[in-house]
Amino acid sequence: MIEAININKSFGDRHVLKDVSVSFEKGKTNLIIGQSGMGKTVLLKCLIGLTRIDSGKVLYDGVNFSSMSFKEMKGIRRQIGMLFQGGALFDSLTVEENIIFPLSMFTKLTVKEKKERANFCLSRVNLSNANKLLPAELSGGMKKRVAIARAIAVNPNYLFCDEPNSGLDPQTSQVIDELIKELTEEYNMTTIVVTHDMNSVLNIGENIYFIYNGQIWWKGDKDSILTTTNKELQDFVFTSALTRRFINQQNAF
Amino acid sequence: MKALYHVGRYFLLMKHTFQRPENQSVYFRQILVEFENLGIASIGIVALISVFMGAVLVIQMAFNLDNPMVPPWAIGYAAKQSIVLEFSPTIISLILAGKVGSRIASEIGTMRVTEQIDALEIMGISPATYLILPKIIAAMVVNPLLIIMSMILAMGGGWLGGSLTNLVPTSEFVLGIQSFYKTYDIVYALIKTVVFAFLITSISSYNGFYTKGGALEVGAASTKGVVFSSVAIILSNLVLTQLLLV
Ligand SMILES: Nc1ncnc2c1ncn2[C@@H]1O[C@H](COP(=O)(O)OP(=O)(O)OP(=O)(O)O)[C@@H](O)[C@H]1O
Ligand SMILES: [Mg+2]
Repeated sequence: MIEAININKSFGDRHVLKDVSVSFEKGKTNLIIGQSGMGKTVLLKCLIGLTRIDSGKVLYDGVNFSSMSFKEMKGIRRQIGMLFQGGALFDSLTVEENIIFPLSMFTKLTVKEKKERANFCLSRVNLSNANKLLPAELSGGMKKRVAIARAIAVNPNYLFCDEPNSGLDPQTSQVIDELIKELTEEYNMTTIVVTHDMNSVLNIGENIYFIYNGQIWWKGDKDSILTTTNKELQDFVFTSALTRRFINQQNAF
Repeated sequence: MKALYHVGRYFLLMKHTFQRPENQSVYFRQILVEFENLGIASIGIVALISVFMGAVLVIQMAFNLDNPMVPPWAIGYAAKQSIVLEFSPTIISLILAGKVGSRIASEIGTMRVTEQIDALEIMGISPATYLILPKIIAAMVVNPLLIIMSMILAMGGGWLGGSLTNLVPTSEFVLGIQSFYKTYDIVYALIKTVVFAFLITSISSYNGFYTKGGALEVGAASTKGVVFSSVAIILSNLVLTQLLLV
């Protein structure tokens, strides 16, 4: 479980996170949703300590993470898998080397074992023949999937995904969503997914936090989100052409 | 004020850089990669410049010292001294600052703006140590080798230049090269080279590491890396010359 307690973060005079308190359950896919520029990525970076918070604290299974030194953080970070919004693959390494990299750094696996692990992770994201390619030779969606494979290679206890399905077609997107949910349950991870894709929300949203104006504006799950009376959330959820048409049809009957 | 801020942040970065590696064998492999990137890849340009500069140096000296008071072997001797003391360690280091410095700053800068540095940090790896330390070590080992190669090639170029133009006969040139040999000259040159290698790699890494923004800023960081490491070389050259020769 990961908890944030009263965290604040400003950039200059932009108060991006205002007294945010939120807890993310273990073994569940926790979603952070909200419009672009509302502070989702900033919240994620505060949770993992890439951005220093101004006040408040972040707890990992009860341990105060935000007061740790860089050295102490390393211990917890080795249990974190992170999917960055842009993939952040190491572009001088091949796909396989990217996945093997954290394993070489922190485990004593043999070369053969590491390769097997890489193949396993790649097969989970449906990319079995990409081992020898360089990141520059991949499509945007393939990069995302390799990044997921790298994130899960170390068997993390905590999985962070910043928009895992932006730039993916609906089918691949669904495969990725289901993969995240499956892995979360299988390994009992604490998973936090940032998204503004309503399909993923309805697919895998077990705990959903809607962030608006730097605050947690609403929390619920994939069922209660459809019956919400919260004005801002309604605007966010029901803006797509598809949902509007669907609602109009329902109202007609 | 701004300069002070950069100096402070530079030293802090160096403090983070010189830390115990998470995994020795991964770092060792990384040092080998940097030998290739920073050393082997520079052999061509260093060789080319050394041979031609050596030749021009000897031809110039022979023309300008065309005086019965100056024996021909003195040209060989003077050429050797300028090559060993200044041309190879300082000028070639400046060339390397341009080649290696821009490479390092843009490599690390790109990794910063594409969040690869954040990715390292999240894995529990110290990005400063992993990215910078192998480069510093590799350059401090490989640059002296490049400089020794440069000395030999520059003297070879000088011999070619002098003998092909019939300005300095081979026997006289060789006599000049051999006269007043001092090991300390070589030691002095290599000390300078090692210090310059440290300055080039650490300063250009610093400029890359704190890049903010996108591709445009990476370009700017790369330019700054070259300019600041060149300035550092020039200034420290003066200081080192005072310290080591006087
Ligand atoms: N390093 C930074 N310096 C200054 N301002 C920043 C910084 N990072 C983020 N911000 C600001 O914080 C706000 C929230 O940004 P954030 O990246 O969290 O948005 P987001 O919700 O992830 O949006 P998107 O869905 O487009 O990714 C933005 O207004 C942005 O300008
Ligand atoms: Mg974002």
